[in-house]
Amino acid sequence: MQLSREALIRAYRQMKTIRLFEERLHDEIALGEIAGFTHLYAGQEACAVGVCEHLGPTDYIISTHRGHGHCIAKGCDVVAMMKEIYGSRDGLCKGKGGSMHIADMNVGMLGANGIVGAGAPIAVGAGITAKSNGTVSIAFSGDGACNQGTTFEAMNMAVVLKLPVIFVFENNHYSEHTGEAYAVGAESMTARSAAFGMKAIKANGIDFFSVYEAMRELINYCKAGSGPASIELDCERFYGHFEGDPQRYRGPGELDRIREERDCLKTFRTKVTEAKLLEGTDLDKVDAEVTDLIDRAVAEAKQADRPTPQDVLQDVYISY
Amino acid sequence: MAIKMIRDVIRDTIDAEMARDDSLIMLGEDIVGGNGAPGGPEAIGGIWGTSGGLWAKYGADRVIDTPISESAIIGAAAGAALTGKRAIAEIMFADFIGVCMDQIWNQVAKFRYMFGGKTSCPLVIRMPYGAGFNAAPQHSQVIHQFVTAMPGLKVVMPSTPADAKGLLTQAIRDDDPVIFLEHKALYGVKGEVPDGDYVIPFGHARQVTQGDDITILATGMMVGFAEKAAAQLAQDGIGCDILDLRTTSPLDEEAILDSVERTGRLLIVDEAPPRCSFATDLSALVAQKAFASLKAPIDMVTAPHSPVPFARELESAYLPSPDKIVASAVKLMSYRRGSA
Ligand SMILES: Cc1ncc(C[n+]2csc(CCOP(=O)(O)OP(=O)(O)O)c2C)c(N)n1
Ligand SMILES: [Mg+2]
Repeated sequence: MQLSREALIRAYRQMKTIRLFEERLHDEIALGEIAGFTHLYAGQEACAVGVCEHLGPTDYIISTHRGHGHCIAKGCDVVAMMKEIYGSRDGLCKGKGGSMHIADMNVGMLGANGIVGAGAPIAVGAGITAKSNGTVSIAFSGDGACNQGTTFEAMNMAVVLKLPVIFVFENNHYSEHTGEAYAVGAESMTARSAAFGMKAIKANGIDFFSVYEAMRELINYCKAGSGPASIELDCERFYGHFEGDPQRYRGPGELDRIREERDCLKTFRTKVTEAKLLEGTDLDKVDAEVTDLIDRAVAEAKQADRPTPQDVLQDVYISY
Repeated sequence: MAIKMIRDVIRDTIDAEMARDDSLIMLGEDIVGGNGAPGGPEAIGGIWGTSGGLWAKYGADRVIDTPISESAIIGAAAGAALTGKRAIAEIMFADFIGVCMDQIWNQVAKFRYMFGGKTSCPLVIRMPYGAGFNAAPQHSQVIHQFVTAMPGLKVVMPSTPADAKGLLTQAIRDDDPVIFLEHKALYGVKGEVPDGDYVIPFGHARQVTQGDDITILATGMMVGFAEKAAAQLAQDGIGCDILDLRTTSPLDEEAILDSVERTGRLLIVDEAPPRCSFATDLSALVAQKAFASLKAPIDMVTAPHSPVPFARELESAYLPSPDKIVASAVKLMSYRRGSA
């Protein structure tokens, strides 16, 4: 099905926002302004956006330690996210969680997560709610998280309960410093998912359209009550596992090559301009607007209120 | 004596023990790194730099990179230890104990007892722990309070390079399962380390400073904080008797009680929240066994009853600090019976 001009521009804007958000963080972290561990999502934008462009606020997603892209794609406020990463009390989570724990229940974003493999079981629970709402629940996981027992349990339970849960495995070929070829014992994550008894497919994670069309099929399948599904997205991460990673596990020239040949934003631009769906100038305009947004987010985050010692004991409970 | 950082002491001690004992194996995530990747093995040698070069020296059958599967890491280490190997398992962050708690608590800790003393499980579970990096609620926690409460486990918390060597050597040679806790903020701490074979038996506190006014009990990163506070208190003529407990299980009760009997005042510094903790355990011990010596109520400087927050200002407000220890000591010294 052909996407409208507005839908194409929207998808591009989302991907570009993620890219510039992450590139800017990479620079700001080098200046020492941002505390803690930050895992950048740049390179994988077509995955988050290709999935989330199908979703509304009562569809749920749960994310990983590499969560900024999922948050933006699901509609979290970019300025509030930036403030959170800077540790402001005006941040999306009041400076309590930072990069690894950004969440916004109002947009159906159940949180980035510092524990690898913790998301999938929670997505099963959100799938119980989604089933009663006629919506879907999405668990984003990596090629590393797919080896965690929690992920196996979640997949089996979703099949047993026939829940509208989609397990999205972003295969960026690394879990920290270890290759997927070493750590995933099965022939593929897709083969493994299929063995759990669910519909399991693959798509090209550097092509927005491939992800988007595959997800349309899976969402229809889940909403029809057919049970859970899984999708493996072949993609690339453009930065280190975390900011500061020496990346000695990469091959010679690997980063230059993937940035040149496997960039989902370049792929999108080429496809839509060659097919004359959009003009290059349409996309340039988006680029300029997103650049302004990110500049504003960083400027506001640097000026935002800092938390105080009294805030430590706030929000441990609702009442106590 | 060589001057070394704790991270290098850990690596070198494992190296020495692997050379000494062919049955010793090691498992963990990215302890080799680069497996299945273009860069090839030895891309990292552990994200804390505590296993560099060991794979090249001892091979993939003894230095085992695992998938992200903490439950299977502990289970596999335990199974190997039950069947004639000695094992070191690394859990990358102590916080991930949540994923493998059953293997630690219901399996490893209980084998010997429930099998009627007929087995041993010589396993060291190394876990980097602690706050100070703004690593947020799931990458900053201490866990010694849980594991100390589990019968069947020994729990070690070194704070100096020399202690790291002596205690890790003992942990590896020990026939019981040992939880070996390495504070992330102490990896870069340098100090003198004895050459050659060096073993520190468990259950012996280290006297850090001597003083007659206040006993301060600490472990891990809290030891350095207590030392800083003591230096400041000394200028006001307050003498601190600091004990680094080094192992929380077994516990050197004698050293604690001897000190409190001398000083009459007890200040416990603990990185954990205050409820059902190591600090409350020590407090109960002294209240039960040295009550008559106390000149003031026992005081504790701990984290608050909250998760570890992310933002810089919040994390530093959360953690105990030398200033908080000084304030507590001053309060203890000015206490008079009948006053508040
Ligand atoms: C339970 C648990 N084990 C280990 C880690 C440390 N860790 C954080 S991310 C990561 C790799 C995850 O790889 P993958 O799932 O492929 O996600 P990616 O980083 O590629 O996005 C590891 C081992 C963790 N956070 N939680
Ligand atoms: Mg990965």
